[in-house]
Amino acid sequence: MKTAVSITVNGTPHDSQIEPRLLLVHYLRDVLGLTGTHVGCETSLCGSCTVLLDGRAVKACTVLAAQADGAEVTTIEGLADGDELHPLQEAFWEEHGLQCGFCTPGMIMAAHQLLEDHPDPSEAEIRHGLEGNLCRCTGYQNIVRAVRRAADAMGAASS
Amino acid sequence: MATTTVPKQIGARVRRKEDPRLITGSSTYTDDLKLPGMAYCTVLRSPHAHARIASIDTSGAEATKGVLRVVTGRDVQEAIGGLPVAHKIEGLLEPPHRVLAIDEVRYVGDGVAAVVAEDPSTARDALERIEVEYEELEAVVDVEKAAAGGPFVHEELGTNVAFTFPFEAGDVDGAFHDAPVVLRQRIVNQRQIPFAVEPRAVAARFDRGHRKLEIWSSTQIPHLLRTQLSVMLGIPEHSVRVIAPEVGGGFGSKLNVYAEEALVGHLARELGRPVKWTATRTEGFQATIHGRDQLADVEIAASEDGVLHGMRVKLLQDLGAYHQLLTPVIPTLTVLMLPGAYRLRNLQVELKGVFTDKTPTDAYRGAGRPEANFIIERVLDLIADATGIDPIEVRRRNFFPADAFPADTCTGLTYDSGNYQAAMDLLLETIDYDALRREQAQRRERGELMGIGVACYVEICGLGPSAALPAGGWEACTLEVRRTGRVVVKTGVSPHGQGEETTFSQIVADALGVGLDDVEIAHGDTDYVPEGIGTFGSRAQAVGGAALSVALEDVRDKSRKIAGHLLEADPEDVVFDEGKLHIRGAPDRAVGFQDVVTAAYMADDLPEGVEPGLASTRFFEPSNFTFPFGVHLCVVDIDPDTGEPSIRRYVAVDDCGNVINPMIVDGQIHGGVAQAIAQSLYEHAVYDADGQLVTGSLMDYAVPRASYLPSYELRRTTTPTPVNPLGAKGVGEAGTIAGNPCVMNAVVDAVSHLGVRHVDMPATPEKLWRIITERD
Repeated sequence: MKTAVSITVNGTPHDSQIEPRLLLVHYLRDVLGLTGTHVGCETSLCGSCTVLLDGRAVKACTVLAAQADGAEVTTIEGLADGDELHPLQEAFWEEHGLQCGFCTPGMIMAAHQLLEDHPDPSEAEIRHGLEGNLCRCTGYQNIVRAVRRAADAMGAASS
Repeated sequence: MATTTVPKQIGARVRRKEDPRLITGSSTYTDDLKLPGMAYCTVLRSPHAHARIASIDTSGAEATKGVLRVVTGRDVQEAIGGLPVAHKIEGLLEPPHRVLAIDEVRYVGDGVAAVVAEDPSTARDALERIEVEYEELEAVVDVEKAAAGGPFVHEELGTNVAFTFPFEAGDVDGAFHDAPVVLRQRIVNQRQIPFAVEPRAVAARFDRGHRKLEIWSSTQIPHLLRTQLSVMLGIPEHSVRVIAPEVGGGFGSKLNVYAEEALVGHLARELGRPVKWTATRTEGFQATIHGRDQLADVEIAASEDGVLHGMRVKLLQDLGAYHQLLTPVIPTLTVLMLPGAYRLRNLQVELKGVFTDKTPTDAYRGAGRPEANFIIERVLDLIADATGIDPIEVRRRNFFPADAFPADTCTGLTYDSGNYQAAMDLLLETIDYDALRREQAQRRERGELMGIGVACYVEICGLGPSAALPAGGWEACTLEVRRTGRVVVKTGVSPHGQGEETTFSQIVADALGVGLDDVEIAHGDTDYVPEGIGTFGSRAQAVGGAALSVALEDVRDKSRKIAGHLLEADPEDVVFDEGKLHIRGAPDRAVGFQDVVTAAYMADDLPEGVEPGLASTRFFEPSNFTFPFGVHLCVVDIDPDTGEPSIRRYVAVDDCGNVINPMIVDGQIHGGVAQAIAQSLYEHAVYDADGQLVTGSLMDYAVPRASYLPSYELRRTTTPTPVNPLGAKGVGEAGTIAGNPCVMNAVVDAVSHLGVRHVDMPATPEKLWRIITERD
């Protein structure tokens, strides 16, 4: 009992036969081998699995792959432009916004959404905007700095 | 380290070499592994805190299509030995701890059976088809009752007390006799759940051709794990290879040997197929060690001038149901560190380790030291309150003075170096303490609740001399300069977020005059790096970095000899400088480092007595622990209507000795303080009367989110340690050790005018609201 889906991931279309109960995160990790998206809690609480679904951040552990049929998904592997890092990736690196790195892909994807909604966020807006993503290493301070730095870089680039 | 040039990389803010792979999703964590023919393991766990297993029927699971194997405790009891506990505690009771329970389960989450199937979903489905009949037994939940008598977690022991650890120094009765200030306080360090964001995961493959078992595990200690798996599975240690790939946080919770590591290794060997197990988050909560859970009854003797003269401490450690690797050792660290930064001479402690029907406790960031520091720093504030002397002044009056180092404590430790007054001075240069006190007085008049909390700390870390540890305290390093000039460092410390790939590269770059990108740091594979102890106890830099330093001295000496030979000069006059070795004072008389490397391997023109090649393997045995220290201050506001606390300002002054990379040190402090704030205000692992973990999910257990936490202001003093050539002490746990009393002293201070002397952690809004409401 399989179902057919067509999902474009990081710009590449994929036609797959999948079990209806397959979660998007497992589709990405196990079917496509895109293991940059992590599973931290399987209950939508830690945010490690955050990806962009048609441009909006979703937690891929609580989206069925079948729900993504016909959609475009962006994962951490698709964020950089070739060798050129996305400003968020560059900022997380520069500001030491990660330690063990496990929450980082989800955190960056959530921050991507945050900066789309708030291109010039205050510290409070950044902290609020990242509430769906847990980090145990950094105490968040450098993540906040990284997002602010990325906002500056992206603002400068677009103005 | 005796560098002949000015350090350029050591001390610099260098961004991390490990980050490019982590920010692009290119790194490999254990659960990312997919080996050809891989099968998937799941574990059935006890829903009861304490029950007899009347029967297990695995036939339904076995009949499920795609299921390869189902095992119970009895099935594997011959093949897999018990889980280890490493300790030096006399008379410790060690009840059997099997990888899967036999006949009786002793905590919610205790493993009962395991399934291996072709895919993860089938393995999960099959768990539901295992029928277990339980006969419930009375759960042992309350640690005080458990210490006093039955029922017993392990009936055959006839007691729940696994060990007692009495300690006495000085003249405690004398200190209490006629003491003008005698205080009593119960101080609780509530149970915590470490919550590394990466759940534990294990994969195993048995190489039949080489008779070798390969284990991938999200562990902090691949080498210690290799030894223990060898014992548990009856395989020679040289036939076990442990790989810790990218590890997603540990905080002590992965400083262990877990049932699944042996179980998955056994199943892979038995099935002849690779097997992987990945914890669900529920298993992360129930079946990964917890931390803290200490109950202390403290008696304090002090003089009217605020000097602490004696303490009596009755300490109960809730061990949970079994010993994990270091379970009983953790509270002994609490005993050692009770004096904190102070000249306490008279101390009596009665520590009991007590079994309960709960998840085992073990090392959680700080591991026994946050507990000690919470006690002593609350004690100092209680003395301040009783004597009317300012908390900062009370601390100054009790400090070891700067000229006391190396300073002996009454618990038998020798603090390597320190200057506690200087850290306090820097704090007071950073904040206007008097202005804060004035503001507090004004706010109180307006009915507002503002508290100022100060806490010092001394941490024992850089673990440590081998004689003082249960499993070796040295560290190993192999340094290889390859023919291309690439410097490969094989270190026994296996980091999981601490950034040693960067800091070790900085050390090499300064020592050899090479670029950061010319250095490669290898770790976490016991075949590639044959010896090591691991990353815990803030030891990676202080012991692992020290091992690197001594190996570097060998390579430098040999390089100088070769360069001296090539330059026809005395090797003593050769200095390293940006990829070259030249004669001191004559930069033109130089050979490239690459020329030296080439000469070492061509070996046709080496000085007499010099072997070919350029490499060194060294073991570093520290002569003592290291003792970082500092003082933190925070300002807490409590909403008088809701009881909600918020941290307005947090200032940390830390001294971890010499700093290799300030950015990384700051990051460690941030994360450590965050975990302390978490314990102080949010996190509490709660069991109900039946032994159910009611905070068993992220819905119920309040791991702080970004909006819960403040920004931190960090300052540093630098007092190098004489214990290792780097002068670095370690910093991984400092924030966690300092933070709890800092926050809680502020919380108590905010309501002290209402007659409050102590508040238990976590200081939730409800708890504070009740205190405020009752006192009004």
